Amino acid sequence: MKFQLIFDIAKALLIARWKQTLVAAVGVTFSITMFVALLGFMNGLNNLLDGLILNRSPHVRFFNEIKPNPDQPIEGFYGEGMNIIRSIKPSGGLLKIHNGGAILENLKNDPRVLGVAPKISLQVFYNVGNIDITGVINGIDVQAERSLFAFEDYVTEGNAEDLENISNSIILGKGAADRMLANIGDVIQATTASGDRFRLRVVGYYQSGLQDLDNVQSYASISTAQKMLGEPSNYMTDIQVKLNDFDQSPAFAREMGPIFGTQAEDIQMANAQFETGSDIRNMISYAVGITLLIVSGFGIYNILNMMIYEKMDTIAILKAIGFSGLDVKGIFMTIAIGIGIFGGGIGLFLGYLLSMGIDQVPFETEALPTVKTFPVSYDPKYYIIGGVFSLLTTFLAGYLPARKASSIDPVEIIRGK
Amino acid sequence: MEKKTVLEAKSIHKYFYNPTKAEVLKGLSFSIKAGEFVSVVGKSGCGKSTLLYILSTMDTDYKGELWIDGEPMRKSSPTYLSRIRNEKIGFVFQFHYLLNEFTALENVMIPGLKLGKYSKQELEHKAMEKLRIFDMADHATKKANQLSGGQKQRVAIARALINDPLIIMGDEPSGNLDKKNSDIVFGIFQELAKEFHQTLLIVTHDPDFAAGTDRTITMEDGKILDE
Repeated sequence: MKFQLIFDIAKALLIARWKQTLVAAVGVTFSITMFVALLGFMNGLNNLLDGLILNRSPHVRFFNEIKPNPDQPIEGFYGEGMNIIRSIKPSGGLLKIHNGGAILENLKNDPRVLGVAPKISLQVFYNVGNIDITGVINGIDVQAERSLFAFEDYVTEGNAEDLENISNSIILGKGAADRMLANIGDVIQATTASGDRFRLRVVGYYQSGLQDLDNVQSYASISTAQKMLGEPSNYMTDIQVKLNDFDQSPAFAREMGPIFGTQAEDIQMANAQFETGSDIRNMISYAVGITLLIVSGFGIYNILNMMIYEKMDTIAILKAIGFSGLDVKGIFMTIAIGIGIFGGGIGLFLGYLLSMGIDQVPFETEALPTVKTFPVSYDPKYYIIGGVFSLLTTFLAGYLPARKASSIDPVEIIRGK
Repeated sequence: MEKKTVLEAKSIHKYFYNPTKAEVLKGLSFSIKAGEFVSVVGKSGCGKSTLLYILSTMDTDYKGELWIDGEPMRKSSPTYLSRIRNEKIGFVFQFHYLLNEFTALENVMIPGLKLGKYSKQELEHKAMEKLRIFDMADHATKKANQLSGGQKQRVAIARALINDPLIIMGDEPSGNLDKKNSDIVFGIFQELAKEFHQTLLIVTHDPDFAAGTDRTITMEDGKILDE
């Protein structure tokens, strides 16, 4: 088979009927454009929703929980029998993570760990006139929190860094601030569980998009929190860890919890319902993607099929003057794949443009303070799938009729005239 | 010296199955020697075109034996048959059957390019020469659909000649043309037979045309009536 001749003939056939070629290519282009843009859009939204949880949650969290001592004194007297005791009270409400500084160092040196952020969680009352509003102040390491959990994304007003720069400062949850009528620059009063009163300057608002959270949570720097509790600078109640590999978190939690002598909770345990939601959304996007591909596949198949049947005469002539079935198949496969490459390539480009267009559409919602326009994913995966698919369908759409045309006697076509 | 047999057919039977089984060719046998100018005449529907398609290997659904250039065609693969068509048979249809997407020159060259015996430059030269024989050189760069019916038919004959085939077959090549063009085409065939000793097998229903050939095979109802 002479590829050059076959290629030349295919090219001439394509160019001579360029309008028809264009119609066929536009069919492919349209399908691929829609596939790429729609899947990009859907996955952008999915990633946004996933990110809502994933970006803000540590992969593994170490903390102490107040619970009864597993080693009760009675077991010392009677051994490990079936000892029944009622009304056991938790002993020693020590939320502090023992030897926190060393644990931090240890975690930072672990190659699996992306980053570590210590945290103190303390219960307070905000004193507004003669009313007390309950709240939780999180003492955080601002730098670590910013790099690991995109903290500043949720600070809707004010500057996250002021927490460290201004002493005794606080970033109030938007809900709590609205209730207290506290503006930025105002000073509010908070009472700790142990009864100490503190004056804190509001330097910003925090808005996570979860109303319940925003009504309660506020943020201060870890040193401010330590000061409020009257604890030394190695005090911390939580250690949040982000791993390089998200999927390793259960194993990491199981391994490290007993070593550090703390509770260790991994993200998959903490957010089991999130996992389910995420899986379902993924399933939906796959279903939509496959449906799109099948529908566009049939479209492409139809167009090419018609194009080849229109060229039956040409097939008869080529066969009459000595081209074999294989040559004819080669010519029409080249035509089909040429349309696939041309139409698919433009489709990918237009899909990218359409994605960028969707990306510009305003999308503002209370719940998502950081999102201003519709999120779109530009994952190359979808472009690769789209590209391969356009080649594959045009190949099949060309192959089936070409195979049929190549195997019949030319006279069948001529006599049918 | 005995002349070589170019084509030999032995008891060719052909059936059409649609709508009912009908025997169109009822055991035809004849042979054609090199340099002969043979015409096949008969009434419309007597099977002469069907016969020609079988002889040209474009129809493989028949019973009987066929040899072209001493080689049996009956059991050959479609790929081999297409090679035979390319190399040894030049076919001229009633309708021109040119590729409208190509120029006259390219249409003539394509079978040659497929055969691959000559380089592209040589073929271009050869194709121009063939077109010149038929006074078509001036129209070489025109697209096939810009030519008149007679011009198209001349290009189609030039195309049939490009690979110097063993035999040229024509299926009423002048049937679709007016008197003047039909005379031109007939003249061309005469010239090919006389000057180039080209073997020709032409199906026609024009008695004048048949009278000018070396030998006339008359067909009726699927059988050869007389030679």
